[in-house]
Amino acid sequence: MSQNHLDAMTVDTVKDAESTPEELQPYLELGLKDDEYQRIKQILGRRPTQSELAMYSIMWSEHCSYKSSKVHLRQFGEKAPPSDRMLAGMGENAGVIQINEKIAVTFKVESHNHPSFVEPYQGAATGVGGIVRDILAMGARPILVMDSLRFGAADHPDTQRVLPGVVAGVGGYGNCLGLPNVGGEVFFDECYQGNPLVNALSLGVLPVDGLQRKEADGPGNIVVLMGAKTGRDGIGGVSVLASATFDDESQQRRPSVQVGDPFTEKLLIESCLELYAAKLIVGVQDLGGAGLTCALTETAASAGTGMDIQLEKVHLREASMEPQEILASESQERMLFIVEPGKLDAVLGIAQLWGVIATPIGVVTDTGRVRITFHGETVVDVPPGSLADDGPVYARPLREPADLILLQADRAETLPRPHHDFQLKDTMLKLAASPNLCDRSWVTEQYDRYVLGNTVLAQPEDAGIVRLDEQSGLGVALSLDCNSRFARLDPYEGAKLALAEAYRNVAVTGAEPVAVTDCLNFGSPEDPSVMWQFAEAVRGIADGCQELGIPVTGGNVSFYNQTGAVAIHPTPVVGVLGVLENVAQRIPMGFSHTGDVLVLLGDTGLELSGSEWAWVAHQHLGGRPPKVDFAREQAIAGFMQRAAETGLVRSAHDLSDGGLAQALVESVLRKGLGATLTLPVDIEPFVSLFSESAGRVLISVPVGHRQAFESLLAEHELPATILGQVDDEGADLTVIGHGEAGRFTVSQAELRDAFSGTLPRMFGAGEPGAAVAAAPVVEAVAVVETVEVAETVVVEAEAPAALLAEGESAEQPGEVAQADDEARRTEG
Amino acid sequence: MSKIGVVTFPGSLDDGDAARAARISGAEVVRLWHADPDLHGVDAVVLPGGFSYGDYLRCGAIARFAPVMETIADAARGGMPVMGICNGFQILCEAHLLPGALTRNQHLHFRNRDQWLRMENSSTAWTNHFTEGQEILVPVKNGEGCYVADRRTLDELEANGQIVARYVRGNPNGSTRDIAAIRNEAGNVLGIMPHPEHAVEALTGPSLDGLGFFSSVLKHLADAKAAA
Repeated sequence: MSQNHLDAMTVDTVKDAESTPEELQPYLELGLKDDEYQRIKQILGRRPTQSELAMYSIMWSEHCSYKSSKVHLRQFGEKAPPSDRMLAGMGENAGVIQINEKIAVTFKVESHNHPSFVEPYQGAATGVGGIVRDILAMGARPILVMDSLRFGAADHPDTQRVLPGVVAGVGGYGNCLGLPNVGGEVFFDECYQGNPLVNALSLGVLPVDGLQRKEADGPGNIVVLMGAKTGRDGIGGVSVLASATFDDESQQRRPSVQVGDPFTEKLLIESCLELYAAKLIVGVQDLGGAGLTCALTETAASAGTGMDIQLEKVHLREASMEPQEILASESQERMLFIVEPGKLDAVLGIAQLWGVIATPIGVVTDTGRVRITFHGETVVDVPPGSLADDGPVYARPLREPADLILLQADRAETLPRPHHDFQLKDTMLKLAASPNLCDRSWVTEQYDRYVLGNTVLAQPEDAGIVRLDEQSGLGVALSLDCNSRFARLDPYEGAKLALAEAYRNVAVTGAEPVAVTDCLNFGSPEDPSVMWQFAEAVRGIADGCQELGIPVTGGNVSFYNQTGAVAIHPTPVVGVLGVLENVAQRIPMGFSHTGDVLVLLGDTGLELSGSEWAWVAHQHLGGRPPKVDFAREQAIAGFMQRAAETGLVRSAHDLSDGGLAQALVESVLRKGLGATLTLPVDIEPFVSLFSESAGRVLISVPVGHRQAFESLLAEHELPATILGQVDDEGADLTVIGHGEAGRFTVSQAELRDAFSGTLPRMFGAGEPGAAVAAAPVVEAVAVVETVEVAETVVVEAEAPAALLAEGESAEQPGEVAQADDEARRTEG
Repeated sequence: MSKIGVVTFPGSLDDGDAARAARISGAEVVRLWHADPDLHGVDAVVLPGGFSYGDYLRCGAIARFAPVMETIADAARGGMPVMGICNGFQILCEAHLLPGALTRNQHLHFRNRDQWLRMENSSTAWTNHFTEGQEILVPVKNGEGCYVADRRTLDELEANGQIVARYVRGNPNGSTRDIAAIRNEAGNVLGIMPHPEHAVEALTGPSLDGLGFFSSVLKHLADAKAAA
């Protein structure tokens, strides 16, 4: 950069801050309160420089400091059952769970909600990129991703903009990283209209002795920044500071949504893993929210050391960036390393091998201060702990929402419900076709589930299962769940239900559930009703985990998911991790053998409030959610583990949204085998089919093991009802009731038409030659603005082969589409 | 034991899977690095799937200039069996070892599903294990898998039996004439869009049909050695 350019920047130095103590600063615009600003002045003994102000405003933001949630999240630690498996927990980049003497896994779910509304593709893509770097920073190789997505009403025009972009973004980034997507959720509700939720989970594997630390230990060690160049993306509110120094109105505001480059992240992953394996680094931290600011202060604060950083050494995308912008930038695909001087060359060598930029930007000191200079001028001189650890903590007021009593009194159990068999059949088909229950293939076919070759189960199965060890067959199972309607009706019970469902989804595969991660999506914490919902949900998860005996190892809080005064439903998404000694014993969800006996585990009660039926049939949300019985959930888990080891159960499918009816639809269509069942005589047929009571599983059992099966049930004190049997391939689903609900039969073609057609109809058939859902124009603009192509690559000019091509396939579009449609039907 | 080399470019993703498939089939696997032109004595080469160089510019357009590709191109012209899977197929087209090009799926989405193929030609180094007309099930997963070429090239491919596999029961990407895999005239170079390396274990794949490609090349190599 030229000296002129630097002069034009009028950098605010520590010297300036000392000489102009009374200068007005835009701290309010940056989201700091009066008393918070006074505290910063107290800590520094002077006014902060612009760079320091930027750093405090970000680090003390809700997002980084958890200032509203901290007092509640403590329960996860306090109520956590003792676990000798947990090697790292809350407060780390991600929790680490030991699997055996040699192997540990680390996993976490994190939100990227607001960016995904502003710019769906990049918001979702960088959400995946961010969580993968968290996993990487623990010393692990990331091996899978999952995504939990929530959108406004499926038929709302804005959902047409947001959903295709989000799905393409999750796929675009994860596919290009080579990480299989093995599961997740897609849920529609009008409460997410202006606030879609994009929660991404990743899991990684590491040797038990390979856990990496973030501490910037050892004065004299070198601070190295590796990965993508730093640009103006993601600087958000800090642009207020830039506008204070630039009068030029034409100065463009860069989008505050980050732009992802998965190719660079793939190279970064491989570089990091080589650095770890060669034991070349002392500490590591990923750059995510709050970018360099967070990475520098957290690594120094956790070690109790200091740092001297020369900010001009950071590789920039735009030379005109000011120091506060460099410090606040959330450019993706960057990692910070602490390296002993003698190993610096080796570190830079590995970066070069993979074609990744690595730059020493400073040294660790014993001063206890992070000092940052920019072209020789000191712009930051702060105690790092004041940013990383000593942010404000609020015990915000809580108040039960005023409408809750009325809402809970308005029970769905009192709504008129059908009784005749033909009505039950219609209801089954209508629910199967509803946006929340229909086939998710339109989404999941955009994700690579095969890469790495270890995916044993993936969507639409209840849990994703991935093999860790080819020799022993050791593997992990994961599920992400939340029914936010239940949480709206009762956030405490709703959070417990989310936990119970994720736990059950893992358990039905035969895996042993061992740990929990959560992503808590709520409205504004400044609204006492929202804060009450939050407190109740946290209490629910903490109590549930205590009862189940598995710890919360980490997670993420996302507040301010609201438009005006209207908040989203409380949405505590819970992820449960399970372990399978041998993945070959996993139990899948689909009926697979003619003659197998159908059995329902658990008890069915009259529980229709918050159900999918109440919403689809009556647009109704009211009453109290189903009861949770964690002892029952544990009994199911114990039973299923034993059944998997002994091969006593052939298929198992958790009952949740849509109840038994939906579980039947999915279990039949999975492999195309029909079934005949008789509903219990002591329960109203409609309730048997559509109640959403928790703690239930539909299983199919091979004939001939009756005694072993019954004694295993007895051992786990598990109630079970024999319903019927699995029929031949292509056979109908026949349900025999009683009274007015005598009997109905539904063919697989009817089921498939209802189940499979909805999303393609709403979001574009996606067939060759067919109209495609409009790709949002904003997306293309943002991409073009910031995409960088690796500069060193020289390519000979050549006419793209595609230009010479003759498009022939337009000849028979009808035929192709039809054939394709057929393929989907036979695939199951 | 025959040696199969699997190349890793920056951004290769299915290299480990291709290596596993070759190993399960009984080959000795040698990992090859994009920047190293030495083929380390391999008898055959697999160019794996992924997003080499981030698919920037065009899929495969940058990878074809990697040092290892020059050696592979020479070896392929000399008769060494080379199979390009997905991104590898794109690289083979960019390197002019195979005609035509792979373009964006017509529906514009990345698509991953289990796909039926009909084997059309078993006279290649990589498909002698199959019978013509046999239907196999392997995963397909790509964003740019729509094969295109000019009409004359297509007619020549048909006439010479160079179309090795076609999509049946649905075309996942709009590929011209349902083309899923083609070979060069000599039959030693195969480009295939679907992923045989993901159909080699009952636990993780939809079938074991993918093994046929690897056992084919091992038989081809063994026959060649016996004849020599």
